[in-house]
Amino acid sequence: MVTDDDRVIKALADPTRRFLLDRLFVRDGRTLTNLESELEMTRFGVMKHLRVLEDAGLVVTRRSGREKLHFLNPVPIRLIHDRWIDKYRERRVSALAELKTELEEEMA
Amino acid sequence: MTTTTQTAVTTQVYRVYIKATPQAIWDAITKPEWTERYGFGGRVEYELRPGGPYRVPTTEAMKKAGAEMGIPTPDVMVDGEVIEADPPRRLVQTWRMLMDQETEAEGFTRLTYEIEESGGGVSKLTLVHELEGAPKLAALCAGEREAEGAGGGWSWVLSDLKTLLETGQAFRG
Repeated sequence: MVTDDDRVIKALADPTRRFLLDRLFVRDGRTLTNLESELEMTRFGVMKHLRVLEDAGLVVTRRSGREKLHFLNPVPIRLIHDRWIDKYRERRVSALAELKTELEEEMA
Repeated sequence: MTTTTQTAVTTQVYRVYIKATPQAIWDAITKPEWTERYGFGGRVEYELRPGGPYRVPTTEAMKKAGAEMGIPTPDVMVDGEVIEADPPRRLVQTWRMLMDQETEAEGFTRLTYEIEESGGGVSKLTLVHELEGAPKLAALCAGEREAEGAGGGWSWVLSDLKTLLETGQAFRG
């Protein structure tokens, strides 16, 4: 079963897609033409990458007049952060804190 | 550069998929007994009709935090006005943050909630925040001031909302 996390992690596991997200982070709400202008890649190639990002929920498109604008959606990254990164970071911090206590007790 | 492109830059879009009905999500956004359980934990007051007032009174926790830091806290944290209410699908309103004099001075911004069924008991919640002329508030909503204790912005609030609706418990437990 492919979970939401799988899709997000897979989408992030590509330098072109991370580049596209970074461009949207700098300036959000861009058109395909605008995003394409910063990459040495065919329009079709960029569209394919944007499709993967959209399927993972990392990019949301909205129409504005005749233009289709691409927005960075940071919520899936937040969810991965809360689920995977915070958890292990806290464990590492508490492991270090325990080590400190143990070492200090030995010295005393 | 066209006007649409300029507007786009100041708009923030957030989307989250939640295993809940549109009605449950609508209630979690518009009812105080729900809003006090996630995000900043304020109890919202909505009159869900065009022109109806919206406000979030300052929570005791916020007042206490403000007093500890020696910062005066207003009685209302956020205010605005309902523009469109179509339960449980679409809510459009104005939104102004009063906790900080700089964001208060930036005035009202425009917030749209869209809720759609997405199959398999999952609903899609999209939040569009139009932040033209409100760079300070935009930074706050993007979570850029999280390290100062100002909260992780909409990503944090929506991720907390998802956790609450799916597990019955928010991060704060």
